[in-house]
Formats: sequence, structure tokens, C-alpha cells
Amino acid sequence: MTIREAAEALGCEILQNEFEDSDLQGGYTSDLLSDVMANAKSGAALITIQAHKNTVAVATLAALPAIVVCNSRPVPDDMLASAKDEGIAVLRTAESQYVVSGKLYALLPAGAA
Amino acid sequence: MSDASTIPISPDDSPSMVLELIYQLKIKDVMTGALITAKRGDSLRHIQGIMRDNYITGLPIAENLRLLGIVSIDDIVTALDKGYIDESAEMHMTRNVIVLEDDMPLSFAISYLNKFRFGRFPVLNKNRELVGIITSKDVIKALLVEMNREVLKLEETQRMNHAAPANDGATELEFSTTRYDFEAAGHASTEIKKALKGLELDPKLVRRIAVACYELEINQVVHSYGGTIRCSIRGDTVTIVAADSGPGIPNLDLALQEGWSTANEWIRSLGFGAGMGLTNTKRVSDEFFIESEVGTGTTVRSVIRIGEAAS
Repeated sequence: MTIREAAEALGCEILQNEFEDSDLQGGYTSDLLSDVMANAKSGAALITIQAHKNTVAVATLAALPAIVVCNSRPVPDDMLASAKDEGIAVLRTAESQYVVSGKLYALLPAGAA
Repeated sequence: MSDASTIPISPDDSPSMVLELIYQLKIKDVMTGALITAKRGDSLRHIQGIMRDNYITGLPIAENLRLLGIVSIDDIVTALDKGYIDESAEMHMTRNVIVLEDDMPLSFAISYLNKFRFGRFPVLNKNRELVGIITSKDVIKALLVEMNREVLKLEETQRMNHAAPANDGATELEFSTTRYDFEAAGHASTEIKKALKGLELDPKLVRRIAVACYELEINQVVHSYGGTIRCSIRGDTVTIVAADSGPGIPNLDLALQEGWSTANEWIRSLGFGAGMGLTNTKRVSDEFFIESEVGTGTTVRSVIRIGEAAS
């Protein structure tokens, strides 16, 4: 399932729309950036409430093509600008990390992590 | 008349370097100060002569540094057309002149040039004395000079960041970090990751190097007074050295324990300070070395071997 397909299925708004619509390899849910750096698998969507420039830096370094900002947290413009530079999708939803993770887990093929 | 005088720079939405320039430069740095003016009694024909001789298209009418009005080339053309070219400036000049102040940032001049159809604005000082005139040509010239200077500076820093001794094919990169500058944090790691791209390394290795860089960089931003991140790619090893100027770590054993952190609530709320930085770095390193002295600073060296790819 591609990022855009997932965004639609999850009912997310797409805040940063300039990205390569790659297949999601999984998801990783965390608000600790060190934890994301250490443990997220590349190609996964990062499900988080951390909405700032450093989230993008971590997503870039860990090769995560999409960030899903939960709980309708405000997303600063400079975060969107660096996400655009790096070609990382930024999605946002009113739902919690728990709900988004559950839905995405069910959407992705078995074996995605 | 869309518009020879328009300056294609937005004072709100331009690269930050350009914004810095147009807010730092004052109108007095950019304007033409050696002013040519005419008197109110001068005929329009006389003014036309001054314009022709000096290659200008507008002339302030002034008396003892007090601006009375302005005559533009359009006024001259109209005067020729309507047949009153021999009448005085006073009778036909524009009196309601839009002016700029010499202490305003250049951004004002750009906004004015773009907003009004005038090609030039007289500049007054705080005492309302006429001290200069500014045209789009002045603005463009000043911006080009300043941008050239900035580009030169950028090229210098880039050369320093990528200073590679030609003989052994090593690459050295160096970045500095600033305490609590989360805006720039991640920059060094991202640049280092880009530098590795050309080596076509296994993505797992790149990830390990990225983890080490990022954690050490964030550590400096969160905990130190600032420092440097140096990365050297030489033969089959990548060495990252993070050196800061204090305050130093009182108990290294504790600092190396996963989950132990001295970060405050604010830093934690940003997603940092989980006490995983040094352990993450150690885990991804083939060699890991840390040295710290309270009052002096901390140096961490992480070595990651990348096989033959870089040789």
C-alpha cells in the first residue's frame, strides 16, 4: 500500500504533498526520537506526536518516507519546509497514535513491521 | 507597464539569506547619495537637459535640503506634448511625493518599488532633510554585490567542510553545534549522510553511521555549551569525533546506562533526552571511546568500519 493510499484509508490530511509515493514497508510508533533512530525499519511510516524539524531529520536519517502526526497536533511551517526539501510526506489526523497504529497494522500486508 | 522597476524578491517569502540581507542593509547603504536636484524656479526644459546629461529619469526639486517635489521623465514628455516645457518646475512637479527614510531596512524600498508605479523614491533623514534617492537599479546593484559576497562565503565554508587531501582520497567534514539550537540539529548528520551516498554503502552501514552522528550531534545540542562534529571517511573506516567545550560529564558510568538522562522536561517534550544517545552510539560503533572532564568538556569517538567500499 502506498503512502497516498494509506493516507486516504486512514482519513489523514496531507500537509506536505511533494514526495515519492512509495509502498509503505510498515509503521513505527514512538515519540522518542532516539528510539526511532535506533529501532524503526526503513520504509516505515513514523506515527508520532512530535511535530518539529527534528522529526524530519530523524525520518530522513532513518529512511522513513512518511510522518503521521496524531491528535491534530499543530505542524510548524519550518517542519513542512524541510520535509519538502527531503521529499518526506507529512500526514495529520485527529486520531491517537494507538488508533492510527492499529488501523495501519490492519491495512498493511502481514509481515510488515 | 508591467514593470521594469519591479524587483522579483518577496520581503516575506525568500531564502533566509536574502531576507537577512534585505533587512540588514539600510536604505542609506544602497541609495545614491551624490544628489542632483533642481530649483523650483528652473524650467522643465532646463530639467530635461540635466536628465539627459546625467542619464537620469527623475529629479527632486529642493531648497536647502528640503524636498519640495519631483519631476519625472513622464512629466517632461507630457510638458512637451502639451507645450508647456518652458514653464517652471514649481507649476508642474509632483508635490505629493512618497519618500523613504535613510534608516529603514532595504526591504521597505523593495516593497515600495513593487507597490507603487514610481521608479525612484527620494530619501530623507530623521530631520526630514533630503539625503539621497533610490531606484530599482540601486537596489538590484546592491543586492547583487551582497549576494556575490554571500555566495563566496558559502563556497569558502563548503571548501572547508569538504577539504579532502587529494593524495589519500579521504574526506573530512566538520560541523559546529550550538546549545539548544534544535533548528540546526540534525544538519551535520544529514550532510554526512549525503556525503556517504557516493560510496554506495550497504544501507545498514549508512544507518549505523547516521545513528552515531545524530545521537552525538543531539547530545551536544542538548547537554553541551556547543561543540564540533567531525567525520572522516578514510579507507575502510568512518570516524566520527564529537568534541564539546563543557560542562563535562561527572559520572561516565551513569551516562552510559540506557535510560539515564539529565535532560529537563522541555527537552523531553521535544522527544529528546530519553537516555539512549550514548548507548545507541556505542551499539552501532565498531570502536567507541569517550572521555570527559567536568569543566573542560567531552570528546566521543565512534569508529565504524565500512569494508572496502571507500578505498
